[in-house]
Parts: sequence; structure tokens; C-alpha cells
Amino acid sequence: MRLFRGDRFAAIALLGIPLLFEVVWVMWPAIQSIGISTLRWNGTSDATFIGGENFTNLLSDPLFMTALGNNAKWLLVFGVLSVLGGLALALVLHEQIKGWKIYRSAFFTPIAVSFVVTGFIWKWMFAPSGVVNSGLGAMGLEKFVTNWLGDEDLVLWAVIVAAVWRQVGYVMILFLAALKSVDVSTIEAATVDGANYWQRLRNVVLPALAPSVATVVAVTVIDSMRTFDIVWSMTQGGPFNSTQVLSTLMWREAFGNYNLGYASAIAVVILLLTLVFVILYLLRAIPKEIK
Amino acid sequence: MTRKTVLPNRPRKRNVPLTTKLVRALLVVVMSIMSVAWLLPVAATVLTSLRSFDSILTDGFLSLAGGLSFDNFVKVWNGGAYTYMLNSFAITIPALIALLILASMAGFVLSRFEIPFARGIMLVMLAGNLLPQQILLIPYNKMAESLGIFDTHFAVIIAHVGFQMGFFTFITYNFIRQLPIEIFEAARIDGCSLWRIYFNVLLPVLRPPLAALGTLGFAWIYNDLLFALALIRSTENMPVTVGLLSLQGQFVSDYTALSASALISAVPTIILFIVLQRQFVSGLTVGSVK
Repeated sequence: MRLFRGDRFAAIALLGIPLLFEVVWVMWPAIQSIGISTLRWNGTSDATFIGGENFTNLLSDPLFMTALGNNAKWLLVFGVLSVLGGLALALVLHEQIKGWKIYRSAFFTPIAVSFVVTGFIWKWMFAPSGVVNSGLGAMGLEKFVTNWLGDEDLVLWAVIVAAVWRQVGYVMILFLAALKSVDVSTIEAATVDGANYWQRLRNVVLPALAPSVATVVAVTVIDSMRTFDIVWSMTQGGPFNSTQVLSTLMWREAFGNYNLGYASAIAVVILLLTLVFVILYLLRAIPKEIK
Repeated sequence: MTRKTVLPNRPRKRNVPLTTKLVRALLVVVMSIMSVAWLLPVAATVLTSLRSFDSILTDGFLSLAGGLSFDNFVKVWNGGAYTYMLNSFAITIPALIALLILASMAGFVLSRFEIPFARGIMLVMLAGNLLPQQILLIPYNKMAESLGIFDTHFAVIIAHVGFQMGFFTFITYNFIRQLPIEIFEAARIDGCSLWRIYFNVLLPVLRPPLAALGTLGFAWIYNDLLFALALIRSTENMPVTVGLLSLQGQFVSDYTALSASALISAVPTIILFIVLQRQFVSGLTVGSVK
């Protein structure tokens, strides 16, 4: 609709208030962070401009490399398991097998609780005298009993198990919604032509899901790079930094060591690592035909 | 603006069975086992919360020797959980109301009027929601300190409102675009001002999508850890996510009390999830997959 002259003020107010808030309370702080990443600053005394030194220091910081590596492992294992797992569950439940709604609720339940609660539940699962070890003991598998969250080689995988547990149901819901909008007539046509399930899946269903897959992958990558809550509530990055990820390292530098410049540099790295996928998501979310 | 003016009314689709009976029977078995496995951690937590710490220590996890009681719930409720819950509501509800109002205002103007750079504005706002929270923490901390609102609920509320605004606007924007433009034009011809169209025409029809969005938004804000962790210091102002971590310091390895507090903290979102499951699901899918 065209704006009448008398409506201009109302339109400016209706759009301007939220927009101003967005600029002042999101865009401006984000730009500030980029600025802080060029400083050496403890937050109280005067800041020194050091250009790109924080970033070059990151490259020679073994802890940063550990965190980056953990994010990479997280992305690979968490990403693949939750996307493929969610897709598989969605494909099965979409068949509306007996009791599918109950299964859907079961897989979906973890989403109702926070990452902090998820982290706690799994901390107890993996505790030395916790659920997993008790179960192993009861089944006569004592040799597998171990301190899951205390073992530097196991702990990251234990945290990833918790994260996947919560994420799979979310991905499943997204794919179930996408499957509903797959054109049934093409599936019927393929069936008439004698295509079996796998052929239909490969040639009809999955291609139709491709746009949703792209979105889910983008969201998963973004989530993997900034994951914080579940790591923080289970291990706080320990033991001995073995579960340190970029976001927990950033937290430690900012609010533990008061290296605000260095911490901001890590935040900027997280932003850069997700940028391509953020743009991908945005382009898909806001199609070009919208003026 | 020649968009489809009515929501497409698709014929109800039959679900074409893709699999044989045997496979379906097998899938039922596999899914049943997996569902139980999925709920096991929650069930274990419920069971733990009902037992006594002494009994867990002496009899182990797999025992009911010490009996079951709600003592742990009473203990943590009085030990801080009650305050944390109140704080969570004091943060979540105002933030949610502000978000729904502001986002529907912006979505309305962006979607229904010829505004220069509407697409650009929408892109910038949605991009704001896709920023990593980490890039906002230090500036928020400093801004809150200099405004004298550090360690207040207000600081956390405006952090949420700012951060979520883009997504909320995007969803309302998409929804309003699907509404028949005639209802707005009719109001226009009747001489309604923009304000009256917003309040009397738009808000009533926006109620269902705002409910879905509100359900999801409630869970997001209620479950958030990071903003509260960066902006709240004192125990009496902590929302329940931060409070849970603080209780873990208080009850160290008393997993019975901690299980009770974790469950208490999850009650509001679980109720929401059970009562409003459909809104919850449509909130999740809307905007995520187009």
C-alpha cells in the first residue's frame, strides 16, 4: 500500500522504534566488539590500540588451537549425527507407523528443557557413580566403567552425546514439516513407474527436501561454532581444557582473565566462521522477489 | 504488491505408504526401543530426585532401598529455586511482551507499505539475530555498567529484546504478507489511521501466530544462560539457568537435590510444551524451513 501523507509519522514511529532499538542495542555493540578486538584492554585502565596483534597472537596460542579443533570435531560429529539422525527419524515417522506420535513426542521431549538442564542430566548420567556406570555394572560390564567426564580423551564425546540427544528431535521436527510439503503426486507417479523405496527416496523425496537440508545444515553449523551452554554446564571447558571450545575460551578470557581485546578477537573469529552460513541462511530466508 | 491474497488451501494429501508391512513392523520395534532410550535420562533424573542422597551413596543408583520422597524438592525450593524461578519470569514475560509488540509494529510497516530499503532493513534485522551472542557480551557488560543497570533484570530484558527482535520481526513480517491485503485497504477506505489499523485490524488477526511465536520465544528466553551470566552477578537476581549452576556449587555432588532443582526449573517449559505442543512445533518450523 502507498503511504498517505498523514500516515508518515505513524509509519516512521511504528518502524522506527524497533529499528532504532535494533541498531543501538545490537548493531552498535557488535561494531564495538570488532573495535575492542584491536585493543589491549582489561576493562578498567586505559586501552592500547594494537591493530591485528590479538589475531596474530591467537594463531600462536595452543589453547585457541585446541578450542578450534574441538569446534571442528563438534561440527563434524554433532552435525552429522544430528542432521542424519533427525532426517532418518523424520523419514521413518513420516510413514506414520503405529504409534508414531508417541515416538515423535519422545524424541522431541529434550527440546522442552534448557541446555543447562540437559547438561546437568548428562553430567549425572556420566558421573563416576552415575547412571551409565551403574548400568554397566549391573550388566556385568565393569571393565567399561570409567570417569567419563574426567577422562580427557572421552569427555568431549560425552558432551557431544548430550548435545545430540537434544538436537535430533529438533532436526526431526524441521524435516517432518518439510516432508509434509513434498508433492505426493510425484511420489505416486514414481511408484506407478515401479520405483522402489530407495529409488523414490533418492530421486524424488531427497531432492524435494534439498532446500530444507540446506537450511538445517546452515543452522547446525552456526550452532556448532557458538555452542556454549551445554559445555559450560557440563565441564566449563575442563578437565585441563580438553573440552574448551571457542565460546568457552572467549568467556574465560573476557570474564576470567579480563583480556577484553583478546576475548573480542575470539568473538570476531566465531562471527567470521559462521558468516558464510549466516549469509546462506539469509538469502534463503528472504527471497529476492520481496522488495 | 500482487502477492497471493489468500492462504493456499491445499487439498488434504494422502500419505503414500512407501514401505512393506514387515519393514513397518520392524520399524515399530526399533522406534519403541529408541523412544525408551531417549526418555531414559529424564526418567533417571526423576528417580534420582525422589531418593535421598545417603541412600544413593550407600545403596548406589540402582536401588530403591532408601524409599522415595519429595524432600529434595522442598529442600531446593527453599534453598533458592523459588527465587530463581521468580526472577526467570520477571525477565521472560516483559521481554516477550515487548518483543511481540515491537516486532509486530515493524513487521506491519515493512510488509504492507512502500518503504524504501524494506528488504535491506529486514536483512539487517534478521542478521542481528544470527550474530553470535559472544560478540555482544563485552559491550553489553560495559554498557550496562555505564548505564547503572548492571546486575538488574532490566539489562537482561533489553539484551533479549534486542537480540531476538530480528527473528520476531521476520516471522510477523512473513505472516502479515500472507494476509489478504483487502482487510487493510478496506480499513483504509473507511478512513482508519495507521494506528487504528495496527491495533484494531492487525493485532486481532495476528493472535494465533503471535501465540506460536510467543510460545517458542518464552522457551528461548527462559532457557537462556549467556546473557544472564554476563549481566547478573548477585544470587538474588539470578534467573533459574544461572541459578542451577550456582546450586551446583551449593549442593556440590548431591545429585538428588540437583536433580530436583533441574526438574523444577524445567516445569514451566515442559507445561508449555505439553499444553501448547502444536504452537510449539509450528513456532519451531515457522521461519526455520521455508
